[in-house]
Amino acid sequence: MARLHEYQGKRLLSDAGLATPRGGVARTPDEAQRIASDVGGRVVVKIQAWTTGRKAMGGVRFADTPQQARDLARDMLAMKVGNFPVEQVLIEECLDIAEELFVSLSINDRERQPMLLLAATGGSGIEQRAEQVRRVSCPVKTGPAETEIRSFLATTPIDRGLHDRLHASIRAVFEVARKHEARSVEINPLVTTKDGRVLAADCRMTIDDYAVFRHPDLGIEIARELDHPPTPLERIAYAAEQRDHRGTFYFAQLNTAAAPGTRGLVGFHGAGGGGSMMSMDALTAEKFTIANFTDTSGNPSASKVYRAARVILQQPGLCGYFGSGSGVASQEQIWSAYGLAKAFWELNLSIPAVIRLGGNSEDRAVDILQRACEGLPGIVEGYRKDDTPKAIAHRFAELVEASLKAGVEPWKPRRTRVPNYVGSGKSYDIAGGRVWINPSNDAATACRAAELSMKALKAEGAALLPAMEAEEFAKRDSELIACEVECRMAGLDALFVELDVDGM
Amino acid sequence: MSIIIDQNKNVIVQGITGREGQARTTLMLGYGTKVVAGCTPGKKGQDVLGVPVFDTVPEAQAHTRERHGGDVDISVILVPAKFVKGAAIEAIEAGVRTLVLVPDRVPVWDAMEIAACARQHGAQFVGPNTLGVISPGKAVVGMIGGKAESARAWFKPGNVGVISRSGGMSSSTAYYLGKAGIGTSTICHIGGDSVLGMRIPDVALMFQNDPETKAIVIFGEIGGSMEEDLAQLMVERRVTKPVVAYIGGKAAKEGTRFSHAGAIIEGGRGTHAGKVKALTEAGAVVVESFGDLPEATARVVGALR
Repeated sequence: MARLHEYQGKRLLSDAGLATPRGGVARTPDEAQRIASDVGGRVVVKIQAWTTGRKAMGGVRFADTPQQARDLARDMLAMKVGNFPVEQVLIEECLDIAEELFVSLSINDRERQPMLLLAATGGSGIEQRAEQVRRVSCPVKTGPAETEIRSFLATTPIDRGLHDRLHASIRAVFEVARKHEARSVEINPLVTTKDGRVLAADCRMTIDDYAVFRHPDLGIEIARELDHPPTPLERIAYAAEQRDHRGTFYFAQLNTAAAPGTRGLVGFHGAGGGGSMMSMDALTAEKFTIANFTDTSGNPSASKVYRAARVILQQPGLCGYFGSGSGVASQEQIWSAYGLAKAFWELNLSIPAVIRLGGNSEDRAVDILQRACEGLPGIVEGYRKDDTPKAIAHRFAELVEASLKAGVEPWKPRRTRVPNYVGSGKSYDIAGGRVWINPSNDAATACRAAELSMKALKAEGAALLPAMEAEEFAKRDSELIACEVECRMAGLDALFVELDVDGM
Repeated sequence: MSIIIDQNKNVIVQGITGREGQARTTLMLGYGTKVVAGCTPGKKGQDVLGVPVFDTVPEAQAHTRERHGGDVDISVILVPAKFVKGAAIEAIEAGVRTLVLVPDRVPVWDAMEIAACARQHGAQFVGPNTLGVISPGKAVVGMIGGKAESARAWFKPGNVGVISRSGGMSSSTAYYLGKAGIGTSTICHIGGDSVLGMRIPDVALMFQNDPETKAIVIFGEIGGSMEEDLAQLMVERRVTKPVVAYIGGKAAKEGTRFSHAGAIIEGGRGTHAGKVKALTEAGAVVVESFGDLPEATARVVGALR
């Protein structure tokens, strides 16, 4: 889920009519001082970080003067929470709290609708008091029933005169969740003050990854949960995924160095969530450190698999490349084989690779991958559905050991090799790149390339041309990648597919 | 018998003229599914592999009643994710009682709206983000198997029902069971999302009522409460057929997601240990390693004879 910071969530609440404390967000000590001075009086300074227990780590502190707020902000902006540096602090008025409520909305998988959790005492430690929590189902169209919220409020010690406003505030939480397609909203606490106000004193909100495209106003950069700020490679991978919706490409960096006692750092390329998790377990059992989690599945294009491989191989220090998914894939595995073969050739792969291509067309896929990679310095082996993750992880360990023994250096990211006519010959645009035609092609070469292009290209004498309108041709990137790999295996250098990997 | 799909069900495909629609219709027809019509707005009058295309589901429904003497039983939805809600509601309102929502990335509030609409009309759905459902030797809806000849080679008819939260692993589970000589009545991939039309307990109850199914195999995952809910049904004796289960994601950290939106531990709920404990205490056989699943199932099925 895409997480919002407290101040971002509070803005959405405030837009929906739920009051929040006066104040503002600061990125520098100067800003913090100015905001504190505008707010006036005693203020609270809070780090903006995705964590619980901010108070205990010194992330929530009080300042009596703007100068103090400035000093606190300076200290806090130097903090790091997990892998995330603190980039903003929120400065707000101090509240004279009378009563606190815990209000949380989440998606209930059993009821297939949102559910509100309400409890009479806010603050920390709410998880331990589950039995005191009132659960209110929220039909997706109509929201929580007013009677249920009011019957809950009646059990609290809060003055009845505030119940209308509290009901409206709780209702507003549902409205905000629905409007922004939140997966969860937690107001802990919703407070009443001694001067009779109702305010959200804190706010944690997550937005549904799959709905982020409908909410550009939220400014969410990468709609994926990670335990660190997005790395440059994760940004590149995310951008590649956004531009090609054929299949799925998921990428998360896990480690940049091999853990002590392991054989080395491995580039991992899974296919399908369930099978990927099992394959990673098999790698871990063979004492490898996994550099990244990658998943290309759901019938991905060859170019999507190619880009995934390029991103994985942008990581220095790898001792090998391991690909394995469910093993009995419904998708056509030849496209994955072509995408991998192209990336491995361009990078002149020097470390061992073991790829399990089990599923549809597995025999062809294994054959393509192995033959296309024959001339590479690194050994590339393909496997099928009857080869278990455990067995191929073991084989991979053997190859890595042999490679280390032979003195093969850990992987260093490098420039791709491209034929010399790239940039000068004739080219035609395709999705996310272009195909370059070798100007030295003779008629026989052009003719053979056209035969290998799955009808994407036609030969006219020595010329190799798109066999269809430009718009249709642009979608034949997978077929053209296949053609390039097949030509290379046939000893022909007829064309080259240049695929952009934005940001690399 | 079998559950959800067989060769006599009237199936339509919404989004039949698209890349995925055409590819999956090829599989379904090739495997023996009775695909009676397709829908793509603006493409009325065309045909895809001999299947007539209509603009709307009510038109496809009328055609099916006239030509096939009955209602549309199942609609397979293969439109882009953001259009799934509209397509699903159109089908439900046109009287289709079972939907299969294949696309990935359907927004969760859309899924909840579809669920509300389905509840109101007495309809049910598989997915979103499902590979589909196959009753080996009979028919398939969705894309499980990919190609008809692969589906025929991989999945053997038999008496074990398979329910999986992972698409690829539903095929793998059934394939490895088949290699061990265990056939399957129906294989259901319920989908990888957090809000699903049919959850593990719903499908388990269908298998419980299916005379052909003698045992149930589950590929579960961390996250959510489906496995725990199945355990509760077993405790209540509403599911009495033997259950063999594997739960994936043992090594996953809390709060980190590995592909499936539903496979995430939130607030300490939905852990691997919690699911294994609930199922084991309810009497299920829970295997530690996926590779042990066929043998454990063979023992359970053997004991029934």
